[in-house]
Amino acid sequence: MLKKLISGMGALALTLGLLAGCDRTSAPTVPKFKAQDIHDVQFAQDFRLLDPTGKERTLADWRGKVVLLFFGYTQCPDVCPTALSRAAAVMQLLGKDAERVQVLFITVDPERDTPQILAEYAPAFHPSFMGLYTTAEATPQLAKDFRVFYRINPGSTPTTYTIDHSVTTYAYDPEGRLRLAIGHDASAEDVAHDIRLLLGTQTQ
Amino acid sequence: MNKYVPIIAVAALLNLFVSSLGYTQTNPPADTYTKPQVSITDPWVRATISQQKATGAFMKLKSEAPVTLVGASSPIANVVEVHEMATVDNVMKMRAIPHLPLPAGTVVELKPGSYHIMLMELKGPVATGQKVPVTLIFENAQKQRYEQTVEAEARPLNTPAASAVAPATIPATTPAPAHNGAH
Repeated sequence: MLKKLISGMGALALTLGLLAGCDRTSAPTVPKFKAQDIHDVQFAQDFRLLDPTGKERTLADWRGKVVLLFFGYTQCPDVCPTALSRAAAVMQLLGKDAERVQVLFITVDPERDTPQILAEYAPAFHPSFMGLYTTAEATPQLAKDFRVFYRINPGSTPTTYTIDHSVTTYAYDPEGRLRLAIGHDASAEDVAHDIRLLLGTQTQ
Repeated sequence: MNKYVPIIAVAALLNLFVSSLGYTQTNPPADTYTKPQVSITDPWVRATISQQKATGAFMKLKSEAPVTLVGASSPIANVVEVHEMATVDNVMKMRAIPHLPLPAGTVVELKPGSYHIMLMELKGPVATGQKVPVTLIFENAQKQRYEQTVEAEARPLNTPAASAVAPATIPATTPAPAHNGAH
């Protein structure tokens, strides 16, 4: 009985010691991201989309790279070019590390954003950027899966509608895990900082 | 003959005087006084890719008298509207607005992330460096409308929001010399 108790206490002490040890070693390595850490969410884990050539794409295509992904539409004069310009500025700040980053622009407007337009639009900001789409029928579910809000506002003519949409950028680590939600107001410097953390080329 | 010269001169002067009177009578001082002069500075449009059907025009407006921007037009687009943009809770919202008031002496900036002139149903692509005429329609307090046309130069598609910030030097997809004078 006593023997049992002693061995039990020993095990407890050992466990506590291990826990304490864990704490000591893990605490300093918790990355300090500028953006919101969303590694524990269950949505937006993967996708099945088409690139402008019609080839099916999934997140696994960019394993080994940090993937920045956001939704928009090319008829947007304002936020979408701004977000893409920021992404281009991030690539510049990253220098050599930019080779391990893929920026994906997913359209919420497949009716007007034809594959031809997508093929030209995203690379106009940086040659490596890629536009992706799915069918008009599948787009609402895609947005839902990614917790992306969008709503079409009728325009003065059938082709001049505008679209309200979420402007959050998602960042995936090189293992393909969703890690960060980056706000529209984040600076290129902050985004570059977080990407370096995800790539492991910066430690704090 | 010589003695008529002063008479002719006087008659001519009188005629000038009368015609100037006539001019002021057909254009009452109130009208010329309230016809507002809006100074339009730093106008630019965002260049597009070949098949893009919409883009934005941006500029700074400052009026001496309070006026309202009530519309716009451009020969390059079938539909031109004044839009307001706002980002609320990370959702970008854009709306056509029927009028944009310009308080007297205040600079109202049409810029990315705020107001812009939306050029839609573009008749063709807008190339970097292209001069795009944009006509703005203003209305004064007396509900009188008048137009002012400005030439907005197209800046590269990847021009960032804050035009004061130097754009990222992205490998140009359009000939580089066209960028000169865009800033």
